[in-house]
Amino acid sequence: MINLFISAIVFGTVILYGALGEILTEKSGNLNLGVPGVMYLGGIAGLASAFAYEISTPNPIPAVCLLISFVCAFLAAALGGLIYSFLTITLRANQNVTGLTLTIFGGGVANFFGGALNTLAGGVGQISVATTSAAYRASLPLGSKLGWFGQIFLNHGFMVYLAIVLAILMHFFFNKTRMGLNLRAVGENPATADAAGINVTRYKYLATCIGAGISGLGGLYYTMDYIKGTWASEGTIEALGWLAVALVIFAVWRSLNAIWGSYLFGFLTWLYLYVPQIRAWLIGALHLDQDALQILNLTRSSQELFKMLPYLATILVLILVSMRKKRENQPPASLGLPYFREER
Amino acid sequence: MSSPNVHHEPLIRIAKRDGLAVWKNWLIRLVFVLIALLLSGLFIYAVTKLNPLKVYAAMFEGALGTKRRVWITIRDTMMLLCIGVGLAPAFKMKFWNVGAEGQILVGGVATAGLMIYLGKSAAMSTPVMLLVMALASIVAGAVWGVIPAVFKARWGTNETLFTLMMNYVAIQITSYCVALWENPFGSNTVGQINPQTKAGWFPRVFGLDFGLNVIIVMALTIGMFLYLKYSKHGYEIAVLGESERTARYAGIKPSRVFIRTMAISGAICGLAGFIAVAGASHTISTSTAGGRGFTAIIVAWLAKFNTFVMLLISFLLVFLQKGAIEIASQFKLNDFASNVITGIILFCIIASEFFINYRVIFHKRKEAGSK
Repeated sequence: MINLFISAIVFGTVILYGALGEILTEKSGNLNLGVPGVMYLGGIAGLASAFAYEISTPNPIPAVCLLISFVCAFLAAALGGLIYSFLTITLRANQNVTGLTLTIFGGGVANFFGGALNTLAGGVGQISVATTSAAYRASLPLGSKLGWFGQIFLNHGFMVYLAIVLAILMHFFFNKTRMGLNLRAVGENPATADAAGINVTRYKYLATCIGAGISGLGGLYYTMDYIKGTWASEGTIEALGWLAVALVIFAVWRSLNAIWGSYLFGFLTWLYLYVPQIRAWLIGALHLDQDALQILNLTRSSQELFKMLPYLATILVLILVSMRKKRENQPPASLGLPYFREER
Repeated sequence: MSSPNVHHEPLIRIAKRDGLAVWKNWLIRLVFVLIALLLSGLFIYAVTKLNPLKVYAAMFEGALGTKRRVWITIRDTMMLLCIGVGLAPAFKMKFWNVGAEGQILVGGVATAGLMIYLGKSAAMSTPVMLLVMALASIVAGAVWGVIPAVFKARWGTNETLFTLMMNYVAIQITSYCVALWENPFGSNTVGQINPQTKAGWFPRVFGLDFGLNVIIVMALTIGMFLYLKYSKHGYEIAVLGESERTARYAGIKPSRVFIRTMAISGAICGLAGFIAVAGASHTISTSTAGGRGFTAIIVAWLAKFNTFVMLLISFLLVFLQKGAIEIASQFKLNDFASNVITGIILFCIIASEFFINYRVIFHKRKEAGSK
């Protein structure tokens, strides 16, 4: 069971980055449906740069590996955000269409180069950046010693904690700083923000690019930690990217909610693996006979239905939020809408 | 002397253009497609050091090289077009139906299920079976489309996010059914359904392999064009898309139009699932929609909901895809090159819309010089 919580946190961290970046983006009023694309870009850039560095020196230094791949992943994803910003903000293109194109493009670029790297790595075609991945997965020395608590909470690579810190910083940024409040004003009502002297274009550009960069770190964490420094063109990142978009809604655009929301999503995603154990435990605890609780006796097919849970939960939140109409839970008022000063 | 109150005109000014001649419209688009091809050529050259012209020749070969390939290209164009046609009414009323992927899948699942069970009992002839399957897929797709519409109509629930989530519910339902129907056991794929009897497969029409696909989709294309342009419903959709307030003022009930239009939109996407299963792959998997639900959004949007322009854009995209797959095999690249090229081309077409809708006016130096 401890493993369930560990994998929930690891899984959750990938989408937490994606969601944090998207929260920042959406707070500026830009609905970037290119999250899977930028996560792809971040993942491949981190992997490719680490690979290039590791084959260029006989003894790669872990700290340098870390720095190079981290910076490259952030920049590549931010570049994806820049394309999106240029098209939607400067060229006034439709946000949904541009975002979806970014997803196609990012996925194409990443899988293309990922495949190429696999071929380049030779033989069976499996790239591996062992040193970098080990650096990402290095955990606190006392993590494994403190029993179950240590194993679940202290035994992760640094990016798990970075994500939490980032979420807390973002909460502070949105609520306590002038820039954060300005950004929210832009997302709620750009015309008013513009009239108040806020540079709408600059805020939207910065929020979207930095947001994309943060989302890209989710891709980096996925390649380096989740699949341990390899590449697989299976489209997993894409599914995770959409889950990150779902998480933004689930967390009602609040970064602190995203922390527990992401772990909950991870928990729900992996739960099916542990359902047989839960069933056995329940039968034992409640003194039922062996054929009881057939509903929890998952076959390979009913497992799939179980994996629906995170999405169903998101739909439920979406509906409840729209029904209750509490003002502080609504999406940014101008989300998805373009702003052109001349068209007021 | 410059006073502090001097009005600084920005270097670049953007003004809205109206009523650009149609040929100029298309000229701008053509220029951007050429730019896109140039960029993709650069990409190909940078990666492979191959002569891009040779690569483009190979693409042509891949999409239209043999009679078989021509038909595959036509089949896939029809598929993409069908989804685009389904999305057009929803998008025209600014209802962001990002859920085509899911609507296709539920339509496909309904079709595949009936194909398997009716095929086993062999109680119906193929035409009757096709009719039953088509109806089932229409109902399934319509239900999938109507659910978000009801919530949008009643509580204003954000439809972009709702339809997006519905995709994943549909994907899991599909995985469930695939595991349920898998054949052979343990393969986790359904495999071709009824390979011997071909029960429920599209028959050849006029001796053409995918004749029925073309007939159905072209009928939908023409029908949707007329529906949007000349029917009362089409008018209501157009007004609602421009402004919900105007629609209310004109006595149009937005909630009713939302639900009705999404039922139509979902139904056509569901039918696309039927065509994909019964008319093309004869199997079902989570990749039956294969991202086309998303690509079709771009098709519908770029065509400004004109279904005939959609035909053109669908063909262009499928052509590129087939071409890129051919390059991949000829020059030992991987298939994903096609997504990169598709991405570049779409970015360029999206950018071209700006130059069609707006004029860029450069600030004249002369005025700035007169102090």
